[in-house]
Amino acid sequence: MANLIKTKRGLNIPINGRPIEIIGNLTLHKEFALVPDNFQGVTPKMLVKEGEAVKAGSPVFYEKQFPGMNFVSPVSGTVKAINRGERRKIMNIIIESDEKMTYEKFETPDVNTASTDELIQILQKTGMWAFITQRPYDVIANPTKTPKAIFISTFDSAPLAPNNDFVISSQIADFQTGVNVLAKIATVHLGIKHGKKTPFSTIKNATITEYDGPHPIGNVGIQINHISPVNKGEVVWTINPQDVLFIGRLFNKGIVDLSRLIALTGPSVRSPQYYNAIIGACIEPFIHGNKITGNKTHRFISGNVLTGCRISGKGYLTPYATQLTILEEGHHTHELVGWGMPRFRKYSTSRTYFTFLFESKFLRKLFGNFKYKWDTRLLGGRRAIIMSGEYEKVLPMDIYPEFLFKAMIANDLDKMEALGAYEIAPEDVALCEFVCTSKLPLQQIVRNSLDYMKKELE
Amino acid sequence: MRNNKLRKFVDKLKPHFMPGGKLEKLHSVFDGFETFLFVPNTTSKNGVHIHDAIDSKRTMITVVVALVPALLFGMFNVGYQHYLAIGQTADFWDTFVFGLLAVLPIVVVSYAVGLGIEFVIAQIKGHEIQEGFLVSGMLIPLIVPVDTPLWMIAVATAFSVLFAKEVFGGTGMNIFNVALVARAFLFFAYPTFMSGDTVWVRTGTTFGLGGGSIIDSYSGATALGELATANSSNVQLTNIIGNPLGFLDGFLGLIPGSIGETSTLAILIGAAIILFTGVASWKIMLSVFAGGALMAFVFNNFGPDNAVAHFPWYNHLVYGGFAFGAVFMATDPVTAARTETGKWIYGFLIGAFAIVIRVLNPGYPEGMMLSILFMNIFAALIDYYVVEGNIKKRMKRVGTQKQ
Repeated sequence: MANLIKTKRGLNIPINGRPIEIIGNLTLHKEFALVPDNFQGVTPKMLVKEGEAVKAGSPVFYEKQFPGMNFVSPVSGTVKAINRGERRKIMNIIIESDEKMTYEKFETPDVNTASTDELIQILQKTGMWAFITQRPYDVIANPTKTPKAIFISTFDSAPLAPNNDFVISSQIADFQTGVNVLAKIATVHLGIKHGKKTPFSTIKNATITEYDGPHPIGNVGIQINHISPVNKGEVVWTINPQDVLFIGRLFNKGIVDLSRLIALTGPSVRSPQYYNAIIGACIEPFIHGNKITGNKTHRFISGNVLTGCRISGKGYLTPYATQLTILEEGHHTHELVGWGMPRFRKYSTSRTYFTFLFESKFLRKLFGNFKYKWDTRLLGGRRAIIMSGEYEKVLPMDIYPEFLFKAMIANDLDKMEALGAYEIAPEDVALCEFVCTSKLPLQQIVRNSLDYMKKELE
Repeated sequence: MRNNKLRKFVDKLKPHFMPGGKLEKLHSVFDGFETFLFVPNTTSKNGVHIHDAIDSKRTMITVVVALVPALLFGMFNVGYQHYLAIGQTADFWDTFVFGLLAVLPIVVVSYAVGLGIEFVIAQIKGHEIQEGFLVSGMLIPLIVPVDTPLWMIAVATAFSVLFAKEVFGGTGMNIFNVALVARAFLFFAYPTFMSGDTVWVRTGTTFGLGGGSIIDSYSGATALGELATANSSNVQLTNIIGNPLGFLDGFLGLIPGSIGETSTLAILIGAAIILFTGVASWKIMLSVFAGGALMAFVFNNFGPDNAVAHFPWYNHLVYGGFAFGAVFMATDPVTAARTETGKWIYGFLIGAFAIVIRVLNPGYPEGMMLSILFMNIFAALIDYYVVEGNIKKRMKRVGTQKQ
């Protein structure tokens, strides 16, 4: 019987546009993009030139500090453009697909007999390393540091997140292979959702822990904090379950196959469902052809509504995104004296609104789920921190978030270290940012501080 | 759309207030009014893409709404005490209107001075107008005696907004409760207007209303004032015309005192509002009452032989500013302890110290103001030790845990 960890702290935001478990047909756009900025902590060095032909799995650039660490092309075709910004910083690399998908062939060692070094090297060579991140600092893992554990959360608790049971169940063999590879490097901790039959409960070579509670319980950060918190000097690796499949496919088939299911979600999506896609795909086909309702300005988010990355309607899926969320911008809305109105259709965790009534068991039984109106407005002005106790309610970690944020705002390294900055990642504080009365950009604050810490302490 | 005309009007005015416009110097003021009228339509640039509908405006307004019962009752009570003092009977509306006219100028002065300063400072610093003073501006009139001269209110408000809040960095940065600093300023700068037995009941006229000769048995002292100046240790409290007072009188609040502090009932209605909406911490509120009750109980049984020490513990909670302080002052999130454990300690000590000051210090009949200001200093220290506990735990973990 697996261990069970329960918490009540957190919040499931009732936003509409949950994907139904159908896989729709879609022809992907020819253009794919690699954006080095999406890989935290990476300084890219190009390996290809514009016009060069690449296969799926061919290296495109590598990390300056670790020359063996490649970042590879998701498709076969030609490098169409390398777009640079200020000081020749590489903004993105556009690859035009030849729509044939020829794969680079890799010789993979036998998992059972291979050494840890061998595995780490092949993972770097084949671009798999891009998907392995580490705590502290929430950056691409440093291959020279041995992790004390590798954490995989098999369920995504974020708003409208895809159901990994549905996505992965048909590829559970690849998943198992991926876990086997990782288990050779360090103990693998697998977090599974409590109270539901899931294909992940049969996975071997991993320590399985069950979790029960609202979002962010599905975040690895929360699971690490409960099982094996990161102390000074320690490193824990994390990898998304859908990305474990890439490793599995590599070892089972010898190819880099970066295709995955993308859930099209959000209040503006006419029929939220899953589509076959490949990492870095242009989102244009996802939104064309009457897939979006309303004619207002929309926001396209690669990822979920809390931690996702804002992209344009012609933008590209970010490497870790498993969903595409679309909702209204709302910047043309002018609400008259909103602070004094009942605002029935606005969601709030505060009881100064009526959400608590609509979300009560009684009314939900009578009328079903209430449909709130969502847009991307801040719904208030930015202030100094006024209310206390807000953040703790949505961050189930043994951390005093407000004090940590204040240390981060003040750039106080000793305090950050002491208050648990090694254990936290921006995604963990996304809900804090959502509920914050003072509308503070907490994820940005955490990101900047982690970068600062890494720079100063490493 | 109903608000289209208004929106168009605002949009037409807007360019004048933007940088380069004629009225650029009033940008913060304009922005203040614009965001007051319309929810700002700024969208998130990065980070979370959706936000909770709560903002600081709604939070502050909730507290102001919660203060309304105490304000309305305070107005009625000002009139009631007046007509009681001059021995006339007046009907409900006469009584209320007398109080309304007596209290309204204080409210207006408090808001005008405080918001005026906020507007100017927001413009100088170039930031948005912060809503904190919406609450402070309502609190100040409720914690002063009705006969406080308006210029004193103005001076005290200006002092506290400048030196208790803005020098620290504005709303959210202050160490002391702004309204209480105004009260403390008045108390120490003009003691004769803040204590004694002539300031609590308006015996003169208000805008020509009321007035008459005071009846013979009149004494304008508050209950705590009577206790503090009592000669014997066993005192029967009386109201301003000599009728005895009990627990219920203190609870209902038709007694002399600062404008909003007398009725525990009205205050509790406000408490229900801010507790239900979650704007105030129930932990602080409960622990203030618990600390006060326990300390008063201790004095009841083991205390010195004076009138205040013998004042029953339950009466301590309903007389004077105890309830008002517990509900509206101690729970100010900015100046209170910010950790959940810290909140229990902070509240408990406020309640306990308030009673200690009442009983043991003959110079201060009321201890609530000093007690809260005192604990404002210690709030950060309490939090420091609570957070330190978490840090120690984290340090200890290094190297001891299993893989």
